[in-house]
Amino acid sequence: MASARDAPMDSHVENKTESRYWQETHKGEKDDNEKEKNEDQPQQNKSQKSKKRKLDTKLQESKKEKKFVSGKTDPFPGPAPIPKDRVQKFKRKEEKLKSRNKHHKLKRLISQSKEAAKMAQNQAARFDLLLPEDEGFLEGDEGEDTCTISQEDIAEAVDISSSAKYFNLKLSQFGPYRLDYSRTGRHLLLGGKRGHIACLDWQSKQLMCEINVLESVNDVKWLHSESMYAVAQKKWLYIYDSNGIELHCIRKFNDVLRMQFLPYHFLLATVSATSFLQYLDVSVGKEVTAICTKTGRLDVMCQNPYNAIIHLGHANGTVTLWSPNQKEALVKMLCHRGGVRSVSVDKTGTYMVTSGMDKKLKVYDIRAFKPLQSYFLPAGASCLSLSQRGLLSAATGDIVQVYRDVWNTPVTKPYMAHRVRGAVWGLHFCPFEDVLGVGHGDGFTSMLVPGAGEPNFDGLDANPYRSAKQRQEWEVKALLEKIQPELITLDPNKLGEVDKATFEQRHQDRIEALGFDPLAKQKFVPKFKKKGRSSTGSVERRKKQVAHEDQREIIKKTIEQKIRTEKERKEKNHKASDVSRQKSALDRFKK
Amino acid sequence: MKVKVLSRNPDDYVRETKYDIQRVPRNYDPSLHPFEVNREYTRALNATKLERVFAKPFLASLDGHRDGVNCMAKHSTSLSCLLSGSCDGELKIWNLTKRDCVRTLQAHEGFVRGIVVRFCGTSFFTVGDDKTIKQWKMETPMYGEEEEPLNTILGKTVFTGLDHHRQEGVFATCGQQVDIWDEQRSSPIRSFTWGVDSFSSVRFNPVETELLASCASDRSIVLYDMREATPLKKVVMTMRSNTLCWNPMEAYYFTCANEDYNLYTYDMRNLEQPVLVHMDHVSAVLDIDFSPTGKEFVSASFDKTIRIFPKDGGHSREVYHTKRMQHVICVKWSADNKYLLSGSDEMNIRLWKANASEKLGVLTHREREATNYSQKLKEKFQHHPQIKRIARHRHLPKTVFHQSKELRVMREARRRKERNVRKHSKPGSVPVITEREKHVVTVVK
Repeated sequence: MASARDAPMDSHVENKTESRYWQETHKGEKDDNEKEKNEDQPQQNKSQKSKKRKLDTKLQESKKEKKFVSGKTDPFPGPAPIPKDRVQKFKRKEEKLKSRNKHHKLKRLISQSKEAAKMAQNQAARFDLLLPEDEGFLEGDEGEDTCTISQEDIAEAVDISSSAKYFNLKLSQFGPYRLDYSRTGRHLLLGGKRGHIACLDWQSKQLMCEINVLESVNDVKWLHSESMYAVAQKKWLYIYDSNGIELHCIRKFNDVLRMQFLPYHFLLATVSATSFLQYLDVSVGKEVTAICTKTGRLDVMCQNPYNAIIHLGHANGTVTLWSPNQKEALVKMLCHRGGVRSVSVDKTGTYMVTSGMDKKLKVYDIRAFKPLQSYFLPAGASCLSLSQRGLLSAATGDIVQVYRDVWNTPVTKPYMAHRVRGAVWGLHFCPFEDVLGVGHGDGFTSMLVPGAGEPNFDGLDANPYRSAKQRQEWEVKALLEKIQPELITLDPNKLGEVDKATFEQRHQDRIEALGFDPLAKQKFVPKFKKKGRSSTGSVERRKKQVAHEDQREIIKKTIEQKIRTEKERKEKNHKASDVSRQKSALDRFKK
Repeated sequence: MKVKVLSRNPDDYVRETKYDIQRVPRNYDPSLHPFEVNREYTRALNATKLERVFAKPFLASLDGHRDGVNCMAKHSTSLSCLLSGSCDGELKIWNLTKRDCVRTLQAHEGFVRGIVVRFCGTSFFTVGDDKTIKQWKMETPMYGEEEEPLNTILGKTVFTGLDHHRQEGVFATCGQQVDIWDEQRSSPIRSFTWGVDSFSSVRFNPVETELLASCASDRSIVLYDMREATPLKKVVMTMRSNTLCWNPMEAYYFTCANEDYNLYTYDMRNLEQPVLVHMDHVSAVLDIDFSPTGKEFVSASFDKTIRIFPKDGGHSREVYHTKRMQHVICVKWSADNKYLLSGSDEMNIRLWKANASEKLGVLTHREREATNYSQKLKEKFQHHPQIKRIARHRHLPKTVFHQSKELRVMREARRRKERNVRKHSKPGSVPVITEREKHVVTVVK
């Protein structure tokens, strides 16, 4: 990069740039180039100029580099540089153009906060360089497709603790199975269609509880921590604790088919066969809203982790977006011909992946509501799941395929593929692990997908290694900063922006809230006067007086307006004539 | 085939022994922390609510006076010492940490009108209704020693106020005229009059130490330079000012407490109109004192409340009152910027926190970090309607509440009337007069 900058300059006046250890190679190359060039030039010239150069550089050095007491100079002056992409990663807002006419106090405040934000951004970027773990990867040999590599081979190639993460649970009696990983990725919840429920610490393979509810189970979901989970059973919604003890049976939620848990809002969103979308606040145990979607049986659901909007897929090929604050869908998108089979949204809330009965897999930009890619899968995908690092897994029949980077470039081959022993019923990437959990007709398979999980977790948010005490503390803090359901919107950063509602808008809102217009002019009611002065005639006369006054006001205004427009028009004409006069260069020949 | 799968060594993430603190690895990636703004907003809301929950400003009541407390003085070098004088001529010295009286002396007959501690802190001066100025030793007299003043000056007229120079042995009194005294002499070195019959208070400027200002009973505020023989200039207002206080950080600014329920901040270079009008009291304002940082001041009022105003804000940020506190005569802001002291009619001195919800005592590092963080959040989200409503809400005594409502209605009516008059008169004949312009009658030089 240094050479590119210095290339157009004359070779002999070297601008001394700050030397960095990673620039050594560039420097070496440049020196070589210089040597070659210098050889071409006459010897005499060179010696003179080199002297001059030395002087120049010395001067510059003395200016730039601060000397230590020992006489040495700092070889790496200034703060260490930060790579630009890292800084970009921590950028929160686009910088807006400066607007003039700001109060001087406000200006200072804004510049201060900008500086603080910049400093925070740089610090975070600098800290990012020190993160301990790197993401996983899988590369084939030359001519070898990664999708042909079997799970056994991978498990053999990796270390023991990782290979133990590839395992099958043969549970053919009560399947097919739905599954859910807890937010830390430590705990796994399995729910068999025929009533079998098991939760386990899947890494140590310790069973926490195992029960049979003797009823069909539609879906299972962990709540905010691994101490509680919700089960959608045949009729009602139940909540159990990690020992398998039934805590609640919520009869307001009937025929639930799918569930999603919004961790920062402590809301459990459920959809039912009766086409109801309901929100349960699990911190206080109250139903927040129940929305009748009027779209028939609902069994396709996912949440947008970026803004906590619920996405529902329907039999007519539409995907609808819902928030608990509105009885109508926020957005309706026609995504497929034929029904939607599965929906998934990525972590950043940018991309939505859908699959439908038309055997297509489509990728949408959910911020702009634009289709990006469309793929045809011969078998069609029944289940979709997106990992933290953007890997997409799709289940086609009994084969689980994993795709990489589906949104940017059209993908032709899967990244990985694996055949399980029954039709796939549930699919989930484990957070913070390179593991994909597959629930199918014959039990559960945990397969290794290198590069799926986020390598570095945040200890204050979701810590897989947290102790019971830490979990309790986290729980208290999380409950304290529970976000109210009213704040769920398409753009979650809206709250931090300046409310630019105009006066009219605010006034309109006020009228709606109050039920009347507080600024409206009251109707004139003449005062009652004594001694016969409130006769009908005089009252009418007074009324007329007031009415005339109003009329006069209006007339005055219109006249003023007229005068102003007239003036403007004249000025315009004047200017136009001026311009036309200037324009013609041949005016001097006119007569 | 090359493969790498995430595999963490638990030893890197779990503490070694149970005596260590827990390891908390962080990753500040914004995509791992969704709903940043919403969560911060929730935190700010909680912090604001907690602030109101913990707002318990009243600390102690110092009782012992046998008549209303008329004046107070801070010790110039000791934080824990307070002097107070009452309407029966008694003077008490208080130890604020122990919250008790350490010394009582009968200083004057009639009111003690003013107390001031010499800048060195070894002696103090008092003036009273008995036309005397007395200098006292700060030390308690030895056993058997008489409680006697060091020095007594007999004046010709009643003194109503007193203030001492910041660095020199010079003090000023006011009564029928403003006198400058040398400590060594028994007659004033200089006397200022400007056709006024009496002054209510005089104050030295703490920065430009040769300047003085005084409030006169003819509704004027007069400025003096000690080095000159005549007063500098005066501003006449619509109502009388009771006391004034110089801003200790900005030499040119002073604030006066007025009878018309308002306080006015003036720039002494331009007295044509006040820089700011501070409204909120519902009765005459009797005393004012600036915080040592010069960013806020506290005012005491006849409406039985004390209020804290920011120096550049038109309305108070805080109001303190109790059921038992009567008309507040004098108020002081302690030199460590943490406490307020108010002396009132019903013979008590009250000690308040300057920041109502502040936790007293030593804070641990984590506590301080947490309070700083929540403070910043509160600042960031202060304009959100929900948060603003909670932060602004104060319970007021019924009388004050109704009176302020009444005042608001009156002000609105006056404004409406003026608007109507303007509407029905010749354009330009009824000029718009701002609130700041309304209260100044003339400036005389």
